[in-house]
Amino acid sequence: MNGTDFMSILPLLICSAAALVLISAIAIRRNHLLMYILTLLSFLAAFAGVFYSYDSIPHIIEPLFIIDGAGIFSMGLILLAALAVTLLSYGYFEQRESRREEYYVLLVLATLGALVLVISRHFASLFLGLETLSVSLYGLIAYLRRRERSDEAGIKYLILAAFSSAFLLFGMALIYAQTGNMSFPEIGKSLAAMEQLTPLLMAGFGMMIVGIGFKLAVVPFHMWTADVYEGAPAPVTAFIATVSKGGMMILLLRFFAEVNAYRYPVLLLIFSVIAIISMFAGNLLALMQQNVKRLLAYSSVAHLGYLLVAFIAVAGNAGGAGVEAVIFYLVAYFITTLGAFGVLTVLSDPVRDAEKMEDYKGLLWNRPWLALVFTAMLLSLAGIPLTAGFIGKFYVVAAGVDSSRWLLVIMLVINSVIGLFYYLRLVVMMLQPPDARETSESLHPAFYIIGGTTLAALLLMLVWFGIYPGYLMDLIREMQIAAR
Amino acid sequence: MILAWLILILLTGGLLSWLIARWNVLLARYTALAAVLLDFAIALGIWLQNPSPGEWITDLNLEWIPRFGIRFHLALDGLSLLMLLLTFFLGALGVLCSWKEIRERPGFFHFNLLWVLAGITGVFLTMDLFLFYFFWEVMLIPMYFLIGIWGHANRIYAAYKFFIFTQASGLFMLLAILGLYFIQGQSSGNYSFDYFDLLGTELPAGIAGWLMGGFLLAFIVKLPAFPFHNWLPDAHGEAPTAGSLVLAGLLLKTGAYGLIRFVLPLFPEQAMNFAPWGMLLGVIGILYGGKLAFAQTDLKRLIAYTSVSHMGFVMLGVFAFTEMALQGVVMQMITHGISTGALFLLAGMLYERTHTRDITQMGGLWKGHPALGAAMMVFVMASLGLPGLGNFIAEFLTLNGTWPSNRLMTVLAATGLVIATIYSLRIMQKVFFGQTQKEWEFPDMRLREYLIMMPLVAAIIWLGLFPQKALETSENAIMKLNQPGSVFNISPGAPALNQAENTLKIQPGEKEVFDERN
Repeated sequence: MNGTDFMSILPLLICSAAALVLISAIAIRRNHLLMYILTLLSFLAAFAGVFYSYDSIPHIIEPLFIIDGAGIFSMGLILLAALAVTLLSYGYFEQRESRREEYYVLLVLATLGALVLVISRHFASLFLGLETLSVSLYGLIAYLRRRERSDEAGIKYLILAAFSSAFLLFGMALIYAQTGNMSFPEIGKSLAAMEQLTPLLMAGFGMMIVGIGFKLAVVPFHMWTADVYEGAPAPVTAFIATVSKGGMMILLLRFFAEVNAYRYPVLLLIFSVIAIISMFAGNLLALMQQNVKRLLAYSSVAHLGYLLVAFIAVAGNAGGAGVEAVIFYLVAYFITTLGAFGVLTVLSDPVRDAEKMEDYKGLLWNRPWLALVFTAMLLSLAGIPLTAGFIGKFYVVAAGVDSSRWLLVIMLVINSVIGLFYYLRLVVMMLQPPDARETSESLHPAFYIIGGTTLAALLLMLVWFGIYPGYLMDLIREMQIAAR
Repeated sequence: MILAWLILILLTGGLLSWLIARWNVLLARYTALAAVLLDFAIALGIWLQNPSPGEWITDLNLEWIPRFGIRFHLALDGLSLLMLLLTFFLGALGVLCSWKEIRERPGFFHFNLLWVLAGITGVFLTMDLFLFYFFWEVMLIPMYFLIGIWGHANRIYAAYKFFIFTQASGLFMLLAILGLYFIQGQSSGNYSFDYFDLLGTELPAGIAGWLMGGFLLAFIVKLPAFPFHNWLPDAHGEAPTAGSLVLAGLLLKTGAYGLIRFVLPLFPEQAMNFAPWGMLLGVIGILYGGKLAFAQTDLKRLIAYTSVSHMGFVMLGVFAFTEMALQGVVMQMITHGISTGALFLLAGMLYERTHTRDITQMGGLWKGHPALGAAMMVFVMASLGLPGLGNFIAEFLTLNGTWPSNRLMTVLAATGLVIATIYSLRIMQKVFFGQTQKEWEFPDMRLREYLIMMPLVAAIIWLGLFPQKALETSENAIMKLNQPGSVFNISPGAPALNQAENTLKIQPGEKEVFDERN
């Protein structure tokens, strides 16, 4: 490896180093605040590192990594999301468990895994990234041991994730057996030489889809979502919903593009079916939820379905609108999800998370700013203008119409309407006159300031990208072009 | 730039009012009022300078989202101008009528009210279809809050229903817009959402009908036309007075405006094919809405159903494809806005005093409250189409213009006027005459209420006696439809319109001379 190689994976190196530093810091002296600040600094440094990596693109480190525009962009996105999660975590953990420091180590490691995922171009690096992410998540999900559902969630995730990893591995093995290659471009070349998909290859792709589908939590691999969302600490839920799913989505996009899997109608058909049932199942299940975390979990299932519509639209779409749509939608979804879970985190009290519908009753009158942020996030999830979610949905629909996927697009529209019911239900809850309820806020004010500032920044971004998305679109396009 | 200011003034006025309300509620109310009045003054100024505007008065075209060829394109013609005048006029009254009614969170209320108005202003001005959809949706959220927070007992249900009906139909319009965008882009290579670029797109026969369907659905839900009118009585009934005023006076007009501005010019042939059905829906709306209005005991719901009935005339006139009928539609939009708005205001005043909306519990109010009664009388007469008041002109022009297109429909629609008489007189009968149910003790109209009602009365009488001013303003905008390839010029062989030979054609240059080609 030469200097450029090191330069181009600087964010990865910084995150790895940060994990070591954090562990050593714990060994010397336990201090929550110190850990918090160190973590923030390392994420900031890694984010700054992304700009250094940018200078060397497109850069390939044979055979594992490719650092191109899309990779750089997603690294930046993941690091910012991790930064936001960290910002929200301090107040949340400060009022809970006594041993809070290891949380940050796991968070940094999980982020590292996601970073590896988005720049990998080889089965080995893919699996490495995925496992780093998953193993850290096992710990993160069950972090608050004393809470009722946290063990259940942790074990559920552990078993299912291990199971899905096995599927993924087997799928990779089958593809390797047929093509004799593990790096994406090489597989692509071998595939190009073949007339059509052999049954073995088909099985390989199918198993990989199982593994990937699990991470994305699309139907029928969504069973874990609601329980894990409910059981995990609120900031971790935000992390799973954004970084983990987003990283996987980028990987899927890269894998399909590199091996040119878009030319197989059968794969597209599978994804179309998955997209449609994800949208319907997610939205219909969300309608019935009384728990806000579970509701958001099912809503995220539906949103991944929308995202898959854009993903499918990449096929037969020369202008590249499909890829742009996926990435734009991801950005919007990241902001929105972080904002929604951020509100949930800030509202949580030492005993439990603010996950009941009643916790939001009269919020508009009790804490108008939080209610405003939450309303904006919900409207963004519902795809209402002035929010980034609207532009994202528009992008997806535009990409779908452009590649004439009318069925998918119409399903998306119908589902948007179903989605309105439960998003509005939450908004309505906040509008209702509050119960006379004592407010026992006795944390030190810094917590509220940090949480509030983070949420304000997210809200600002949400509205900014909702009203003036041109800049972000140009950036994504630029990254796209840089990738070629 | 003046057009962007019209919107910006409302947006900032709304924000300011919200902020100021923390310190001084009265000042917040004045701020909101000032913002709307300022807009009204600007619009009035433009109107006085251009009493009979040509094609476009002014235009603003800025880059917005270049990736998709989306531009921030606003333009003003006579039709938009009339709608804007109505918007700001009713908007100012909306602020005034909430002066005493809205005591809870007045700042947020005015914020929402002004943002609805801003959205409506945008809808009437925009010439970019993406921007149009944007504003179309932006109107919804503040309106949802207006109903959901300050409405009556069943407000949550009503707000829900309103939002979902309009949002669902709007999404289909978005699909249609995108379909149009890509078809036009693929054929010309110039991807653009601009109205003028999309105008005259060659559409494949199979898909054109679907695309028109998307637009049509959004507009007739908003209008509302017969099978989709269901949200309206709930939303109107439960909304606060200013909310009902804005809904009836303005939001419904955006649907009618969309039909005239987008459906007819973008899809002339498809609209022609749909015309008989459109007229049928219009007539059903007129008769069925009237019948339902007659059956109501809740005053606000009653007035809401009269809206359904009156908007039937809009459907009828739009799909008659004669210039006279379209002029009638424009008049109907304005006069219905004023008269129904006024009726809702009066219903609000009565509710403030009696705390009921049930007309069977009122009765005999005339004796103690002649001023309220007289005001009600004026607008009830307007609603039933009494000559001398604006609504008469509107309905007369519509019916007259529809006659050559479809006689049967015209005859049926005309019977709607009889129904209108019945339900309108019933209002007067139940509320102001008849047996006194209770000894009502409350004051007659106050000064502020006189200030609200007087301009409305003046406007409706003025429009009834001198409609020419308004007609001249929108004339060129309507004439614009009369260009090659547009609705007026479809060949007489078009299957849908058998009596096309009967269509009144107006000779350019001598507008008053009708050439009956039959």
